[in-house]
Amino acid sequence: MALTLEDVKRIAQLARIEIEPREAERVLIQLTGIFRLIEEMQAVDTEGIEPMSHAQDLMLRLREDAVSGSDQHALYQAVAPQVEAGLYLVPKVLE
Amino acid sequence: MLNFTVKQLAAELAAKRVSSVEVTQYFIKRINALGKALNAFISVDEEQSLTSARAADQLLAAGRGGPLTGIPLAHKDIFCTKGWLTTCGSKILSNFVAPYDAHVIERFNQAGAVIAGKTNMDEFAMGSSNETSFYGPVRNPWDTAAVPGGSSGGSAAAVAARLAPAATGTDTGGSIRQPAAFTGICGLKPTYGVVSRYGMIAFASSLDQGGPFAKTAEDLALMLNVMAGFDARDSTSLQREPEDYTRELAQPLQGLRIGLPAEFFAAGLASDVARAVDAAIAEFRRLGCATVEVRLPNMRLAVPVYYVLAPAEASSNLARFDGVRYGYRAPEYSDLLDMYCKTRAQGFGAEVKRRILIGTYVLSHGYYDAYYLKAQKLRRLIAQDFAAAFSQCDVIMGPTTPTTAFNLGEKAGDPVQMYLSDIYTIAVNLAGLPGMSIPAGFGANNHPVGLQLIGNYFGEAKMLNAAHQYQRVTGWHLEMPAAARSEAP
Repeated sequence: MALTLEDVKRIAQLARIEIEPREAERVLIQLTGIFRLIEEMQAVDTEGIEPMSHAQDLMLRLREDAVSGSDQHALYQAVAPQVEAGLYLVPKVLE
Repeated sequence: MLNFTVKQLAAELAAKRVSSVEVTQYFIKRINALGKALNAFISVDEEQSLTSARAADQLLAAGRGGPLTGIPLAHKDIFCTKGWLTTCGSKILSNFVAPYDAHVIERFNQAGAVIAGKTNMDEFAMGSSNETSFYGPVRNPWDTAAVPGGSSGGSAAAVAARLAPAATGTDTGGSIRQPAAFTGICGLKPTYGVVSRYGMIAFASSLDQGGPFAKTAEDLALMLNVMAGFDARDSTSLQREPEDYTRELAQPLQGLRIGLPAEFFAAGLASDVARAVDAAIAEFRRLGCATVEVRLPNMRLAVPVYYVLAPAEASSNLARFDGVRYGYRAPEYSDLLDMYCKTRAQGFGAEVKRRILIGTYVLSHGYYDAYYLKAQKLRRLIAQDFAAAFSQCDVIMGPTTPTTAFNLGEKAGDPVQMYLSDIYTIAVNLAGLPGMSIPAGFGANNHPVGLQLIGNYFGEAKMLNAAHQYQRVTGWHLEMPAAARSEAP
């Protein structure tokens, strides 16, 4: 299926990446080439094959629902762009 | 000291012929001189390095040193390192000083190793040439017009130029093995789950695996002894008995069955690489190995499958970079959505954006089955091909890359050509198998050629054994680029 300029703008919006119109055109050309490569997958019949989601077929471990680790918010928030009173600041969402 | 292996340096340190402070100063001087020209490092912090070196010297003086105590190591800037800038080669993390250590860094700290610096890399490990780094490309010490490979290009260039005796990297589709091949050194990607991913900035979580670079297979084994191990903080870390990866090094190779996949020696393989790889395999036959042809019929689909799965996982993993909790935030924006969109547009480079867009598309409504699910099914077929091949052999061998190092700029404008340069390494990550690259001579323009070894699950010790025995009778691994040769830093 052929990718369109509208597709590029839509996925950029979904991915939360601003894209200028001229950049979108460049990206369309590159993604079209990459998807031509990806389409080679369709040549192989995979009917009945179990999808492999992971390198090892393992079960995720469970642990006791117990407190682990300690409160380190001051340390972790020290690297944030904008913090006040232990809260991350972002532009106002609700008026 | 210039061409000493980790093992030799450790012996010098243990015998007190040299101190860790002296060794560390020696390599940091080289990093500050030659490392600058190659652009191999993003961060050097002599004060922090010397503090650890002094602590290592105390351990050594008390007779409590281990195999890596006092050895300066270069770490890929993807590993969170407490108190060090940890950028992942990206503008979006260009101000990020990690508040904690990756498991791998903790392990090296516990072993008394010294951090020589943090190495340059493709942005978020997405690249095969180290040209996507926000910090600029790394140059190949064998030929500064050529790329060192990627994404762990800085670590590979550092070991090749003798700026550090060993280094760490990560390998999602070949990012340890391909740069090892391009720079004439050894690199190993362990079985998925052997090295904890905790604190290793995620690209594609079902494929990412950390591993070592060094000059010899024996040094790789010493490094892996420290890096490997269970870690409850990585949900995919495997709970296994600790292994000594040096245990099989000395075994003779008599009777070892080497599988040669026909697909690795087909059209697309450059003749200079083929010649060197054939000669290496002949050497293994002289060591008593038997060779058998095996087939990996679905390997040709590995690159398309990878470029669905890895971007899909990346688009999810990189959603966390939004300018709220860490890293870069755009200086101007109108509202919250605009802040996200501008932060990510300005903070990510072109290749990272491309992969996020591919991943977002293949996971979006209506396309999931055609791309993501289809790729997962093919991933199973690729893994099954390897399982069938390993019923006939103990180790698979072939070229690591179809060509030797290409030139800077040669493929930068054509993503598909760049992606295809990883054609022999990607399938190994999809299957979760261990793989390594060792130097096997030189091709045109004196560019190094890498021989790839692929082991069965948890077959690291067997691969290392084969590589070590090869290195006992050959000298390719001791060759170093002219640029590295001056003893005076």
